[in-house]
Amino acid sequence: MRVMVFVKASPESEAGVMPSEELLNAMGDYNEELVKAGIMLAGDGLKPSSAGARVHFSGKSRTVIDGPFAETKELVAGYWLWQVRSMDEAIEWVKRCPNPMMSDSDIEIRPVFEPEDFGAEFTPERREQEERLRASIASQQA
Amino acid sequence: MRVMVIVKATPDTEAGVLPTQEAFAAMGSYGEELVKAGILLDGNGLKPSSTGVRIRMDGRNRSVIDGPFAETKELIAGYSLWEVRSMDEAIEWAKRFPNLTGETELEIRPVFEDEDFGEAATPELREQDDRLRAEAAKRKAELANRGA
Amino acid sequence: MSGDASSSTHRAVEAVWRIEAPRLIATLARMTGDVGTAEDLAQDALVAALEQWPTSGIPDRPGAWLTAAAKRRAIDAFRRERMLEEKHATLAHELTERGEHALTALDESIDDDIGDDLLRLVFIACHPLLSREARVALTLRLLGGLTTDEIARAFLVPEATVAQRIVRAKRTLAAARVPFEVPRGAELAERLASVLEVIYLVFNEGYAATAGDAWIRPALSEEALRLARIVATLMPDESEVHALVALLELQASRFPARVDAQGAPVLLLDQNRARWDRLLIQRGLAALARAESLAERAHHPLGPYALQAAIAACHARARVASDTDWARIAALYDALGEITPSPVVELNRAVAVAMAFGPAAGLEIVDALRAEPALAGYHLLPSVRADLLARLGRGAEARAELERAAALTRNERERALLQARAATLGRAGES
Repeated sequence: MRVMVFVKASPESEAGVMPSEELLNAMGDYNEELVKAGIMLAGDGLKPSSAGARVHFSGKSRTVIDGPFAETKELVAGYWLWQVRSMDEAIEWVKRCPNPMMSDSDIEIRPVFEPEDFGAEFTPERREQEERLRASIASQQA
Repeated sequence: MRVMVIVKATPDTEAGVLPTQEAFAAMGSYGEELVKAGILLDGNGLKPSSTGVRIRMDGRNRSVIDGPFAETKELIAGYSLWEVRSMDEAIEWAKRFPNLTGETELEIRPVFEDEDFGEAATPELREQDDRLRAEAAKRKAELANRGA
Repeated sequence: MSGDASSSTHRAVEAVWRIEAPRLIATLARMTGDVGTAEDLAQDALVAALEQWPTSGIPDRPGAWLTAAAKRRAIDAFRRERMLEEKHATLAHELTERGEHALTALDESIDDDIGDDLLRLVFIACHPLLSREARVALTLRLLGGLTTDEIARAFLVPEATVAQRIVRAKRTLAAARVPFEVPRGAELAERLASVLEVIYLVFNEGYAATAGDAWIRPALSEEALRLARIVATLMPDESEVHALVALLELQASRFPARVDAQGAPVLLLDQNRARWDRLLIQRGLAALARAESLAERAHHPLGPYALQAAIAACHARARVASDTDWARIAALYDALGEITPSPVVELNRAVAVAMAFGPAAGLEIVDALRAEPALAGYHLLPSVRADLLARLGRGAEARAELERAAALTRNERERALLQARAATLGRAGES
């Protein structure tokens, strides 16, 4: 399964404060561990919301609002995409992450919708067919 | 430059209401346009926060809080990664996002690239890179010696 | 402790285990010189964790805790050996010495050593002394952390069979006193090929699988892809390792498109490419580029995995099927046929040649394969031949080949499709 792991913004990330050398090194080591574990698919830091914009859709209208955005709690500062066996594994890896912020911080993990979730592949007929196949293979090997 | 386009959550996405066939089709065509324009790098929908988890980091402490999370305004429902020439181009494309649910909000945020890290950081990162390369070379030399 | 809390700790312990077990077993295998003993000691440490962590909480550095717990048990075991087996006193003494020395070394070891140990474990799990099934089972167990039950369900065999395979594999390695080391020189190429073969086997087991035991089989391909990536970080200078990663990333990128709404498999050329995973395609192309540049720097030709990955890349780069660079694919199959000659590769080459240079050119190659005994029962041979004949306007012959193909295939849906195509050709009139 895939999960998106994102670091929520903080006042200092929004202020564009550069992480310390120590933190950069710790993060570098951590990212290395993720790669060595074969689970790292992607990851990036996002620039502060002062560099961003929002597009608000209401019916047919589109309104563009430039950043910065005041509600820091609504903002994401960075993300990873990981391939893991379970949410528990993802949680375990997040626990090992060095605190990305100078203050308390939150990291959120959300599973990604996979194609299978949209129902196409697992029709009852398909499941039945597979059960029969498995049963016949098992009896062949007995 | 790369940007992340964040689709903010709504009560519907949080309730696990899947898009209609029509919405799916519209999003599919939109995605194809992005691909044809060479813009789309990646994109995914996220499951509702009831399936998610937050880890709060306080010094060395880590505490796990299970979803769902009440403040829908703080949540994201999906993301996309685009390669664009400018924020203006990104905004233009974002405006074409098919809005079939009434009210939606997209947030566009540029991504930090290596060049952005400036003087203070690059020497360490470069050093780490060099160290990795040196280790790999050392290992290779060892293997070669043993095989000789 | 409430039921919820203890079960969530249990799950956390399992998650920690899956992360830490391979390295732990690898370290212990170096210490004890025996993979079976290493796994037993690691399991003992796990039991201790399951007993203690629900009360004490999960330690900050769980890997270090497990290693320390396992080390203590290893030392206890060495000491017991020394006391109980006087006639082996020398050996036991040496083992204890080595063990205690190894403990010191462990304390001072940096990640580098652990990486090397993991690589040693990869090579030993895939040792050519073991049968292919045993290698697969041992790899999934020691490196994937899968339980015997999970492995059994993935391969549709009884659990007892898998358990036996693993036990026998460990005994074989112990009896042969296989050294716990990374192979060197000329041996490396062959041993590495065995590792890559095991990973590819596991991937294909999940890839060819259809729905079935839903969670385990796509997970099997994911597991294989992870293992491939891990080996690539352990052997960053090996072209064929990056090539295998490339091949797997690119094949996995097509998973979302490989079955239709009814659950029937969709051929590559008919797949909805909008459903191909762009991230995996990017990763696959990057890995292929690395493989190609490594081969070039070493002045080696591209290996079989690199060639297969390059073929997959041709498909990945084509936004629509008609954009496919068939001439390049034909050339790649040609090169592949030079290093790993096989009638199936030749058949695939025929298909590519036909797409690039016309059906007559492809038919020439296919006709030469008709006498090939290895393809005697292979339904794709007459099926491909039928397609080429039809494109050349030789309808009656095409129909005969389709009927032959239909008779050879064991897949009901496939047979129905082939027969339907044959009927269409019949109706178009004899030529």
